[in-house]
Amino acid sequence: MASSEIDVAYVAQLARIALAPAEVERFGAQLGALLDFVAKLEELPIADVDATAQVIPAMDVARDDVVRPSWPRETVLANAPQRQGAYFRVPRIIGEA
Amino acid sequence: MSDLLAAAAGEIARRVSSRDVSAADMADAALARIAARDPAIGAFLTVTADLARERARAVDARITDGERLPLAGVPLAIKDNMCLAGTRTTCASRILENFIAPYTGTAVARLLDAGAIPLGKTNLDEFAMGSSCENSALGVTRNPYDLARVPGGSSGGAVASVAAGMASVSLGSDTGGSIREPAAFCNVVGMKPTYGRVSRYGLIAFASSLDQIGPIAANVDDAALVYDIMAGRDPFDATSSARPVEPCFGARRDDLRGVRVGVVREFDLAALEPGVRAAYETAYRDLEKLGAELVEVRLPTADYGVATYYLIAPAECSSNLARFDGMRYGLRVEGADVAATYEATRAAGFGDEVKRRILIGTHALSSGYYDAYYVRAQKARTLIAADFAKAFASCDAIACPSAASAAFTFNAKTDPVSMYLMDYYTIPMSLAGIPAISVPCGWAATDGGPQMPLGLQLCTPLFAERELFEIAGAYERATNHAARRAPSFGEVPA
Repeated sequence: MASSEIDVAYVAQLARIALAPAEVERFGAQLGALLDFVAKLEELPIADVDATAQVIPAMDVARDDVVRPSWPRETVLANAPQRQGAYFRVPRIIGEA
Repeated sequence: MSDLLAAAAGEIARRVSSRDVSAADMADAALARIAARDPAIGAFLTVTADLARERARAVDARITDGERLPLAGVPLAIKDNMCLAGTRTTCASRILENFIAPYTGTAVARLLDAGAIPLGKTNLDEFAMGSSCENSALGVTRNPYDLARVPGGSSGGAVASVAAGMASVSLGSDTGGSIREPAAFCNVVGMKPTYGRVSRYGLIAFASSLDQIGPIAANVDDAALVYDIMAGRDPFDATSSARPVEPCFGARRDDLRGVRVGVVREFDLAALEPGVRAAYETAYRDLEKLGAELVEVRLPTADYGVATYYLIAPAECSSNLARFDGMRYGLRVEGADVAATYEATRAAGFGDEVKRRILIGTHALSSGYYDAYYVRAQKARTLIAADFAKAFASCDAIACPSAASAAFTFNAKTDPVSMYLMDYYTIPMSLAGIPAISVPCGWAATDGGPQMPLGLQLCTPLFAERELFEIAGAYERATNHAARRAPSFGEVPA
């Protein structure tokens, strides 16, 4: 298994969580300790073992393709942090020309 | 009326159905009990008084129309990670502090349709991540048996609401022990069904391959009654099992003759504090006195459960919680651009434990680490499930502690790994997907404090809920440890 080093600043960027330098240090120590703890899994003989994603495998579950009403627009927009008319208002993601 | 609050849920339903008492009166009594007791306990994040009264009137009207409702007038508390339409559903997180659920989840809806009265939403560790309820961003819940101690977690508010006599039954969710450990800490019954047995539609996801909704109640019969109503296929949850549900309420056995109960060699009671150890030794003897044959079984990989869980659950949580980005619902903290907005929103919205789990999960799933961590843990899960299958070849059920100790004091566990080890005895069953229940089993004083309740965990093979409830019920009726009510309310002779 990999070493117990974890690049917290990099992982936080992947996870889209802003961390203060003190948090990077604190989480780094705590998560390093956790990785040391989980390293005990290296003792298990797993070479010929299949992975289990979930214990009650459900394959190709489909429902009847029946038309039914969706939620009313106001219901969907009710929790919007910001809205503009019938739309969610979100930050610009395309640069200005 | 307040006397009836302490009655079994089935008895409440019978009295309300026969119009001996109205559902409206039950709602008022339960709300009055909450007003009197919850300031000291803190079980509820939201009390839905208006909704409770409205639903109670509707139940009374349905009974007048001749309907028979198995939960008529039964006061129900709901862990606040389950959606209840029109009600704040927070997961005890700042990021959902003002989120109003647009719909009602299936398990909750089935109970309400059966006549249950929704009293409100109960506190939890943020996003169900924790074993003490201390990770809630929105409130403190205290153990009704000693207000200086935690109720356990993550379903801490749900168990405390029943333990303090405010709710007759409650709904919790269990990913690695979040129903069973707090049930043990608060002297109530808590049950985790087989994975996939109860729909998760409307349960805000934490770790999707493990999450299960289950009943919390003052006795085994009430838990079975609630379980029967919730269990079964739901077209809105593709992981819910289509297998027919065997009714469990009313399944009874007077003794345990002919039942082989496995005692796990690797779960060495000598590792526990002497008082705790003595209580479990007594519990095993009580099973034997009931006629059970105790057989030693082996779960050699159970000791790897916690390590396996703390890769699988965080990995799935990092994926599930990616949806909380401040765009369509929940908290938004504006940044200079969209990425900065995501980062500021999630930094402000999530507490430390949630951040730790997202970070470790993101790490475990990231390029270069996926096989070493996530895939290895998924293979370890295969071994753990296989160990249970092998053990159940020589026994019908397994008995073990629900937690490694009784309830501890606030701030007693500051190191994350020491908190994670609280679920040492419950995580293996979650990984194997099997049903498990915690039943009150005695008392022990730990760290110089007062006597606190303990729970005996019983588990059976996949989908063997009926046998589980039968065995748990026989043990409960023979020992009746739940009869000793929370001392904070002066209802117990000293």
